[in-house]
Amino acid sequence: MSSIIHIKTYNEPPFCEKEILRYSGCKSTDSEISALMQSAIGEVRKKLIYKVCYRELQIAVNGDVCDFEHFSVQSKNLADNLKDCFSVIVFSATVGIEIDRLITKYGRISPSKALALQAIGAERIEALCDAFCEDIAKEKNITLKPRFSPGYGDLPLSVQRDIFNILDCSKRIGVFLNDSMLMSPSKSVTAFVGLTNGEVKQKMHKCDSCDKIDCSYRGAL
Amino acid sequence: MTFSEFLKKHIVYLDGGMGTLLQASGLKPGEYPERWNITHPEIITKIHKDYFDAGSNVVCTNTFGANTLKFSDGELEEIIRAAIANAKAAREQSTAGQEKFIALDIGPSGKLLKPLGDLDFEDAVSVFAETVKLGVKYGAELIIIETMNDSYETKAALLAAKENSDLPIIVSNAYGEDGKLMTGASPAAMAAMLEGMGADAIGANCSLGPKQLMGVAEELLANASVPVVLKPNAGLPKSVNGETVFDVTAEEFSEDAAAIVERGVRVVGGCCGTTPEYIKALVQKTSGFMPKMIENKNLTVVSSYTHAVSLGTSPVLIGERINPTGKKRFKQALIENDIDYILSEGVNQQEKGVHILDVNVGLPDIDECEMLKNTVCELQAVIDLPLQIDTSNTAAMEAAMRRYNGKAMINSVNGKKESMEAIFPLVKKYGGLVVALTLDEDGIPETADGRVKIAEKILKTAAEYGIDKKDIIFDTLAMTISADTSAATATLEALYRIKTELGCHTSLGISNVSFGLPNRDAVNGTFFALALENGLSAAIMNPYSIDMMKTYYTYKALKGLDENCAEYIRLAESFVTCGTAETTGTKSAAEDFKSELQRAVIKGFKDKAAEITKELLKGVLPLDIVQNEIIPALNIVGKGFENKTVYLPQLLMSAEAAKSAFEMIKSFMSRDGEKSAGKGIFVLATVHGDIHDIGKNIVKLLLENYGFDVVDLGKDVPPEKIVETVVRLHAPVAGLSALMTTTVPSMEETIKQLKISAPWCKTVVGGAVLTQEYADKIGADKYAKDAMEAVRYAEKIIAE
Repeated sequence: MSSIIHIKTYNEPPFCEKEILRYSGCKSTDSEISALMQSAIGEVRKKLIYKVCYRELQIAVNGDVCDFEHFSVQSKNLADNLKDCFSVIVFSATVGIEIDRLITKYGRISPSKALALQAIGAERIEALCDAFCEDIAKEKNITLKPRFSPGYGDLPLSVQRDIFNILDCSKRIGVFLNDSMLMSPSKSVTAFVGLTNGEVKQKMHKCDSCDKIDCSYRGAL
Repeated sequence: MTFSEFLKKHIVYLDGGMGTLLQASGLKPGEYPERWNITHPEIITKIHKDYFDAGSNVVCTNTFGANTLKFSDGELEEIIRAAIANAKAAREQSTAGQEKFIALDIGPSGKLLKPLGDLDFEDAVSVFAETVKLGVKYGAELIIIETMNDSYETKAALLAAKENSDLPIIVSNAYGEDGKLMTGASPAAMAAMLEGMGADAIGANCSLGPKQLMGVAEELLANASVPVVLKPNAGLPKSVNGETVFDVTAEEFSEDAAAIVERGVRVVGGCCGTTPEYIKALVQKTSGFMPKMIENKNLTVVSSYTHAVSLGTSPVLIGERINPTGKKRFKQALIENDIDYILSEGVNQQEKGVHILDVNVGLPDIDECEMLKNTVCELQAVIDLPLQIDTSNTAAMEAAMRRYNGKAMINSVNGKKESMEAIFPLVKKYGGLVVALTLDEDGIPETADGRVKIAEKILKTAAEYGIDKKDIIFDTLAMTISADTSAATATLEALYRIKTELGCHTSLGISNVSFGLPNRDAVNGTFFALALENGLSAAIMNPYSIDMMKTYYTYKALKGLDENCAEYIRLAESFVTCGTAETTGTKSAAEDFKSELQRAVIKGFKDKAAEITKELLKGVLPLDIVQNEIIPALNIVGKGFENKTVYLPQLLMSAEAAKSAFEMIKSFMSRDGEKSAGKGIFVLATVHGDIHDIGKNIVKLLLENYGFDVVDLGKDVPPEKIVETVVRLHAPVAGLSALMTTTVPSMEETIKQLKISAPWCKTVVGGAVLTQEYADKIGADKYAKDAMEAVRYAEKIIAE
């Protein structure tokens, strides 16, 4: 029996200015930066959408191989992440194509604004993923593992093809996979989220699970 | 009876969903349904037969995703052959009595087109062309292009269908809850483009239920002069006990759909979740309905990839500034392939409130075909206004019309036989609203009468090509009154007569009227007012002219075309509040700058920097301003960035302020025919496969600030093109950026080729995924962790 593809649309999650600053490479702010961010938010805000499509799949973990009913993938990190899970939600989320158009536009005429929009987009898509995961946890009254995306750890980017194949993302929410495995719209995410009845370690900052400690965006304490 | 004949006089019933029925028969998630034509022909045939039995006039072959991106050529041919054979077998087996046709079904490619995605427009046309050719070969009787959520891809598919078959074509788009396509097009915009290109019926399918699609259907009915198609879903899918069910029942669906047929939709069926039961109910509910006759709406309209602009009610402004005539700075931009300058002209005019942008990039020494095509594509990546393609070069015209996303305005055709023979076939093929100049082999008639006669001749010839008069807009040619004081009168009289006697729309290039006179704006403004009063529909004009804008908005207010005079009041207020927010920035005690210009650059005040520079240029040499003001300011910010006291957004704001000061200096110097000597050539590109170029644009901005002649090749650039450019210009340094690990190999390939063909050229690489290790591995000369480092490296190389 196969699950169906669900589509959800969310209201605008609250903005986190601190995150936007972090993504734009600022450790502090002043009136000019603040004005830049506010004008960028004002311009893009009404053009954003908050859409997710997802389906729930059964999972079997054998060693480093995760078997998801319709496809399997070899990844030690993902296998570790999902080993206690009885099923997994695979989802694709996007804030839509309009922000890409604005980034392109300002990339040509005002890169500072393009940078601000880029940071806002990054913050928005993360906020959407957070809202979605919270919603699912509540709806199913269950604990979720931290979400895990293609490219994290040793999870190959090529698993994008399988995700797109079973989620039909382009038709459902307008997310497309390019040959380079980048997605259009650029502010889109695909991820696996394990469902478990067990305990999940208290949420740390997402950067804490990353090995790249010299990253200029690193946000952990 | 052929499908075209049947469509003229009947309500056409399409079939319903295929995917949901196949899933119920065991199709696995991720499995390609098209393969079932070969592996499970009996199931596919049974579904088609059930639809014919339910009353469908048309069944769509099970070929939604049958294209060369998913299947090999051999398998694709086998799939399409089998799919059409299955549909034909179903028709033979069905004993139902209605007319029955077989449509080749074409769904989206699954890829997003450039510039938003990575599929090239012409590649998309080729992909669809293969499917179309096979459909024709195996006997499809019509083509249905469906579920397209992007206008550009829709155009590619329709073009492929038109170029490779004579079959009737139905085009149906997937609109979202906001009533628009995923990439932004409204139903009116789609109607303009698709009808212009000759689609036989246009409509909406999928994504929503019939109730939610009602608004889209209404908008299509109001705008289309061809039959409207509707193929809604059975609502939204839900999971009930592990089974997929849709929330609109056959009974509700048929009632809602019948209501839409009553409003005038002529081609109706179902999409996801609908079954033969739904179609049967629909046919029953609508039996006895009289098909509504299709009326010509007589709309004169152009469109962009988001919206349509219609001529008629309120006069339309066409911005004339993207044109090199008489503009030295613009000519320089064209010669240097400085697309950013052209784009800023577009963005600025949009901000001034024009509705359409005229695009003329003709210069004797450039490849106009390439330039016009590229400019149109680049403009459409950043500006959502419809464009007027303005050229006398027919090949350039075709190249641009083909690539244009929407229904363009075409400038121009005239009464000469040669002109009409060149332009009308293009208008017929690609669609467009064509500006017709009232002149012919004998020149421009002096009298209004002569111009009206030419207009009549043009209309008659257009009709022979199948071009309706609604797609012709006449320009009665404004001539300068400094040569002949009766010139304006003749133009205005011809305008009035064409409007009233021929019932056609009109346009004028306003500013010609004042050529050779002082204070031209005053003459232009008044002439514009007179033309409007004589029925002018559109003006090609300078939106920076205050006189012209005053005329436009006061005319609208006086004619009851401006509700509450709101637009006029906004204009009037803009004259009062000229100061911008940034000029009010307060100077704190700690800020001790050498000069106002330095302060403006350091604080990132763009407009202020330009303003001060303009003032300084009255008394200071351009190079002194650069050396003594701008460079020191940039150095302060650059050092601050390197010392981590200034952050990237601040660095960029300063760089933009410096750029606007440089721009002022540049246009001052080009006026005097001077050109500043650059520091050296820097070739810059985002590598093949990568379509995100913000990092590259940041590097470009800073390099330009520091005086480099940046040759920006854009994004997704093949190694060969980078190598060719470096060799041709003998560039000492090339910068490459990549965002993804998957595109680093094309960076490596580029470096490899550069080492062979341009061993003198140093490479500097950067981008999100790059590290020193990566850069070493792929053989780059330098890894730059940020834009300043790239600048410093380039300075070092040039100094050596």
